[in-house]
Amino acid sequence: MPKLNINGVDHQVDAPDDMPLLWAIRDLVGLTGTKFGCGQALCGACTVHLDGQPARSCQTFVGDLKGVKVTTIEGAQGKVAETIRQVWTDMDVPQCGYCQSGQVMAAVALLAETPKPTDDDIDAALDGNLCRCATYHRIRAGIHEAARRLEA
Amino acid sequence: MLPKIIDHLAPAASVKTSRRAFLVASAAAAGAFVIGFGAGPARAAGGAAAAPAQPVPFDAYLKIGADGKVTILSSQFDMGQGSYHGLATLVNEELGASWDQIAVEGATGDLKLYGNIVWGGAVQGTGGSSSITTSFDRYRKAGAAARMMLAAAAAKDWGVPAAEISVTDGRLMHPSGKSAGFGGMAAKAALLPVPKDVPLKDPKDWTQIGNAKLRRYDSKAKTDGTHPFTIDVKLPGMLTAVMIHPPRFGGTVKSFDGSKAKAMKGVVDVVATPRGVAVVGEHMWAALAARDAVRVTWDETKAETRGSAAILAEYEKRAADKPQATARNDGDAAKAMAGAAKTVEAIFRFPYLAHAAMEPLNAVARMNGDGTLELWAGHQLPGLYQAIAAGIAGIKPEQVALHIMKTGGGFGRRGTPDGDIVAEAVMVAKAIGYKAPVKVQWTRENDMRGGRYRPAYVHRLKAGFDAAGKLVAWDHHIVGQSIVAGTPFQGLIQNGIDQTSVEGASNLPYAVPNLHVGLTSTEVGVPPLWWRAVGSTHTAYATEVFLDQVAASAGADPLAFRLALLEHHPRHAAVLKLAAEKAGWGKPLAKGRFLGLAVHESFHTFVAHVAEVSVSGGEVKVHRVVAAVDCGTVVNPNVVKAQIEGGTGFGLGAILAEELTLGADGMVEQGNYDSYTPLRLSAMPDMEVHIVASDAPPTGVGEPGVPSIGPAVASAVARATGKWITTLPLTRGMQS
Repeated sequence: MPKLNINGVDHQVDAPDDMPLLWAIRDLVGLTGTKFGCGQALCGACTVHLDGQPARSCQTFVGDLKGVKVTTIEGAQGKVAETIRQVWTDMDVPQCGYCQSGQVMAAVALLAETPKPTDDDIDAALDGNLCRCATYHRIRAGIHEAARRLEA
Repeated sequence: MLPKIIDHLAPAASVKTSRRAFLVASAAAAGAFVIGFGAGPARAAGGAAAAPAQPVPFDAYLKIGADGKVTILSSQFDMGQGSYHGLATLVNEELGASWDQIAVEGATGDLKLYGNIVWGGAVQGTGGSSSITTSFDRYRKAGAAARMMLAAAAAKDWGVPAAEISVTDGRLMHPSGKSAGFGGMAAKAALLPVPKDVPLKDPKDWTQIGNAKLRRYDSKAKTDGTHPFTIDVKLPGMLTAVMIHPPRFGGTVKSFDGSKAKAMKGVVDVVATPRGVAVVGEHMWAALAARDAVRVTWDETKAETRGSAAILAEYEKRAADKPQATARNDGDAAKAMAGAAKTVEAIFRFPYLAHAAMEPLNAVARMNGDGTLELWAGHQLPGLYQAIAAGIAGIKPEQVALHIMKTGGGFGRRGTPDGDIVAEAVMVAKAIGYKAPVKVQWTRENDMRGGRYRPAYVHRLKAGFDAAGKLVAWDHHIVGQSIVAGTPFQGLIQNGIDQTSVEGASNLPYAVPNLHVGLTSTEVGVPPLWWRAVGSTHTAYATEVFLDQVAASAGADPLAFRLALLEHHPRHAAVLKLAAEKAGWGKPLAKGRFLGLAVHESFHTFVAHVAEVSVSGGEVKVHRVVAAVDCGTVVNPNVVKAQIEGGTGFGLGAILAEELTLGADGMVEQGNYDSYTPLRLSAMPDMEVHIVASDAPPTGVGEPGVPSIGPAVASAVARATGKWITTLPLTRGMQS
């Protein structure tokens, strides 16, 4: 049985190698914060971190994760993640919230790499994360605000 | 708009749900104080309450636990627009709780309590941006009644007059220094009579309503993955089903072979339902991986086989004919047009649009040993769904308990007259003999190809000026499917006019003495549905873009031309002026930038948009948008702004590049977000929203942000290119 390291904990999962990580996380490990939106890496709702890098868990497969550390929204911790969360609630970024796990994971990865992102940096990092409520205006403002708070 | 649908909803109107009993029982078990759920005097733990009399309006809207937790029971469904927060704000204005102790859950049951007043009261449902309007008095009174009862209990306990007790941040306080939280007084308050006379605060004393600093109570759980959606529901022994739907609308299962799939690991069953074949697995991937192994033969004798190009071509022909029915007829438009010195004409073509909410449709069904059926889903029309589910399961409506989940978007898609996904979950559960709870989870492709679209429409418009250059004639013909025909909502069709087809056109605010609006409703087998802002999604574009063209033909400024015709519509004029002023209308712009504007009323809310646009190589880029909104009394300014921003992005995405097409074989051509393309972050303009201060009754904002952004952009594009785009989306219209 494949072994997955999720949020620092090893899980033996009864899964074929070609099972998408998304469904292993949700249905076998039981962490439901990571969302299913498209299944084709087109919407970003299922974004997780693989060794700290953002990835679409719906197009990442269980058999390819030997030695890889998976972080989901539940395991996203630290100053950057907490700042993003605080800004998101201070600015009322979410509407329905369904895409926001993915937005938060993408934003955390961006700010970890690029502490002072430009609008173009934000476009490049988050254009793959659809928000049908179109909270984009606040997502962009929220990332800038989080960058300011982290710098302070 | 969904007014007065009521006579046609007899099944739903007669529903008495088990929810009421369920809540009383569970609340009593938890030692909670329910503001009289079930009516009359409030109930306490142990059920020490008098027999319910006629329900009174404030007695079923909140409960307070021994731990002080205040749970507001919302009649209104929340798909992200913030209705739960809105209702909580109304309650808390009067109650005086701390926001930390507030939670909201969906409630359904007695229509006297939960029926939507805007719709006439006999149906519970969410739509037409009506949640705040229907709740404004009810939920404030509930909060006030609860506060009075808590204060009365404390007064009795402390031996002081109730009038001397104040309530702030969840504490009951007396000048003597005595104080208590809600939890300690809840059980005692529950034994007191519910007050009959419940005075409400003077608006000048409001601290919550209109407070721009207030933030949504439910945001945090949406940032850490803990907010529960239907997709996250997990019950002991629950199975997951994926669907194979007919490839053309109207098809049904003739036969299927699921033997190969059934032999695959983790697959429990493959079953046929009236809506398609379900592959039922131990979990999502087990079912999904086996789906392609199922062979289905379809009966397509009643299926729609036309493509959308053919459908639209037929509409365009019919648009040239006389309309089937007249929605508005002022003066004599035909005569005025015949005598006009100059006329302007245009044909507008609107594609089908998908809701494409982020959470693909889903529902969970569990049949219990006692014959009750529980359903978890986005129950936007709960009474109707309960009746439909009961019909499928062969039980009574009161044996169906609904768990109302907040959904990952909706935009109308969770409010289907046939129950749709909710019905499907019951069908699948039934087909597997109710042997386990089952979650039916659509894939993105199921969702995109599952029908229920904003219908395609063709509009023909013609305007006439007299010899003095005055606009004297306006003739508008709309051709397209009725959303409500053949549904429980068909009472909305009167004298051949489906109001949802003509709203926004038949109430054109501009002063034109001879004005005719006609409708031809078509019969097509593609299932239609309301899509955020409904009729105004096409009528606003057609009327405002055409008016812009008419103004240009008269050599007039689009703002001045509109204002001159809006003399009797001050709220339209005010938002238009405010948006124009804030956007710098008439001031110089950067090279290559152009402004356009539009105004529209939908659901009694007034919105104007000004868009700043550039066009390069046939590509439209929207740089900045300024919106102004008048929604009467503002409950949550920050939510109003968020909804107008979101509505703007939703409407902008649609006019830029959204289009749902059926190929010549009648099959939907889009399946996922690569071919159906909502707005992405990089295309979202810089945006500001200005709110008109008003003490008019409150109206909604969930939808009204959508209609006027499209025509504002088209107006700016016309300034840049000299061409009014009449075929949507712009990606198509720019080429034609």
